[in-house]
Amino acid sequence: MDYLRKLENKSIFIIREAKKLFENIALLWSIGKDSTTLLWLTRKAFFGKVPFPVIHIDTGFQFKEIYEFREKYAKEWKLNLIIAKNEKALKEGVNPKRGKLECCGKLKTEALKIVLEKYKFKALLLAIRRDEHGIRAKERYFSPRDENFKWDYENQPLEIWDQYKKEIKAGEHIRVHPLLHWREIDIWRYIKKENIPVVSLYFAKNGKRYRSIGCETCSSPVPSNAKNLDEIIKELETTKISERAGRAQDKERAYIMQKLRSLGYM
Amino acid sequence: MKEKDILNLIIVGEVDHGKSTLIGRLLYDTGSIPEDRIKSIQEICQSFGKEMEFSFLVDHLKEEREKEMTIDTAQVFIKSKKRDYVIIDAPGHKEFIKNMLTGASQAEAGIIIVDANVGIGEQTQRHSFLLKLLGIKQIIVAVNKMDLVDFSEKKFNEIKSQFEKFLSQIKLPVSFFIPISAKEGDNVAERSKRTKWYKGETLIGALEKFPPAQPLSQKPFRFAVQDVYSFDEKEIIVGKVLSGEVKINQKGLALPSKRKIEIKSIEIFGEERKKAEAEESIGLTIKEKVFFDRGEVISDSENLPLLSSKFLAYIFWTSKNKANLEDEFLLSLGTQTVKAKFKEIRKRIDSATLKILEKNAKKIEENEVGEVVIETEKPIVFERFNFLPPLGRFVIFSQVQPEGGGIIISPLL
Repeated sequence: MDYLRKLENKSIFIIREAKKLFENIALLWSIGKDSTTLLWLTRKAFFGKVPFPVIHIDTGFQFKEIYEFREKYAKEWKLNLIIAKNEKALKEGVNPKRGKLECCGKLKTEALKIVLEKYKFKALLLAIRRDEHGIRAKERYFSPRDENFKWDYENQPLEIWDQYKKEIKAGEHIRVHPLLHWREIDIWRYIKKENIPVVSLYFAKNGKRYRSIGCETCSSPVPSNAKNLDEIIKELETTKISERAGRAQDKERAYIMQKLRSLGYM
Repeated sequence: MKEKDILNLIIVGEVDHGKSTLIGRLLYDTGSIPEDRIKSIQEICQSFGKEMEFSFLVDHLKEEREKEMTIDTAQVFIKSKKRDYVIIDAPGHKEFIKNMLTGASQAEAGIIIVDANVGIGEQTQRHSFLLKLLGIKQIIVAVNKMDLVDFSEKKFNEIKSQFEKFLSQIKLPVSFFIPISAKEGDNVAERSKRTKWYKGETLIGALEKFPPAQPLSQKPFRFAVQDVYSFDEKEIIVGKVLSGEVKINQKGLALPSKRKIEIKSIEIFGEERKKAEAEESIGLTIKEKVFFDRGEVISDSENLPLLSSKFLAYIFWTSKNKANLEDEFLLSLGTQTVKAKFKEIRKRIDSATLKILEKNAKKIEENEVGEVVIETEKPIVFERFNFLPPLGRFVIFSQVQPEGGGIIISPLL
């Protein structure tokens, strides 16, 4: 079995475990390459269906390409789409210029909390990967969060041999990370192999492309001439720039990502 | 371009013996670290008024930087000419054994790092024993900080022979003993001029010699049922091929239900398949109309796994709550979960010194290893760990938490 198949099979096993163990679950779809790959693997796990809701956390500050992609594939893949938008915070004028910690906190974390309270999901599937960020390397496949979304990273459960945390306390939920063991380059090789659609922002225009996509306001493109999948894969085989270099929340302060994550950010 | 193999590797050892520094060095010497990351680490080191610390390339959590230790299992990715490595940095503190186990359970090879200036400590011995219990067979011992002992051959040999005594007690085979300095780079990627007496491999050279993990396709067919999906009159039994191969029209037996079945189709979305092999997550349909559920194990009818409600096992206990004789807990093995009890605790073993703390004990405490007799409420399907690891290992859960793991030595009924 080639290595991409190994990664794929492991992820499919985890997705099926999440559904079996927690039943009332949802998938977080940012509409970027990773969560679209996760959605693709979910469709494979359930033979073409996505048997639980898909949540898009809509900050209102995203690229128009993201919204177009969402509409197209929500329809094509018959998704039960939940749009998590913190209208109240947006009315109060929360925006990146007022401060990124507040903005990510209100429009992403808070928006998700509202949806979670409404639907009482016991587990959420997320497309984070260990190689994205040092903090994410510390994650478990099945990672508990308390009612305040707090991640107790000093006291994480034992996780060995395909045996995952099965039960949660009232108010807790589990973050399930089926792509934890994938690297950025694996995602792109898999997208190519499987012909998975991705938003056009990843492909270079005028010498620049987005390598990691957040909000339009807080993502910057990186210099690149990679106009197609082969060129992206080639670029990643030789690059010395890290994936999230264009993401403001990582760079602004050394520990901002850790702070965001301990407060419940993805 | 051909995609390279990936080898999952764990680095274990005592706090301060240099695990994170070694990983930082490997990242740097193989050019696996993005330049902006190196720059940001340099800036952070400067803000603390320090020299560039390689370990900061690995230790990301703020608390770790402040306490200068690895709290949890981190993973980094290293590219070499021959293959790619996923390197798992395991915490060296006793209280973080469950994190070390979590990391090590994903590894195919291990590096045990020892400070040449300090020698073999308790955590080094405990970690070595745990690697043995996890079944990791490809091991390198890196004797680090050789720069602090003037690259002394005598010192290296002393540590080597002392450690070999312990390793032979636990029967952990070591493929390479290598004198290194992670801080200065000796014998990591490049052969050191300061250890002319050493003729063996560099650390990277040794790693490249390890073959990739072999899937269990040569063993008898075992399939763990995860769930059953019903679509348009079709019942698909989904699960994982733990070992062997499965083909359409193959006859099999499901245990513990003891139902005879015949495979009708192999279901993988978007593919037409006549067979599937170990490690694949697939669906099966069968010719019989029977109700199936999670926890069944489908096997070759010619070559069956063990089925019993009593077995002898080694367990390692990672919970702060002690385990008592006759307490009820949940045991998960493959996709089976059953109620179980320790009926005998034949030996309580100190996982660092291997000292038998007590025979016929009444309890096991955190970080101890036990030789125990386990009785399950209902018979379960298993194998001896040495024969087939995926069906020979289990995890013990109290209500909500995983508390420990174990490997099966033999059935008792």
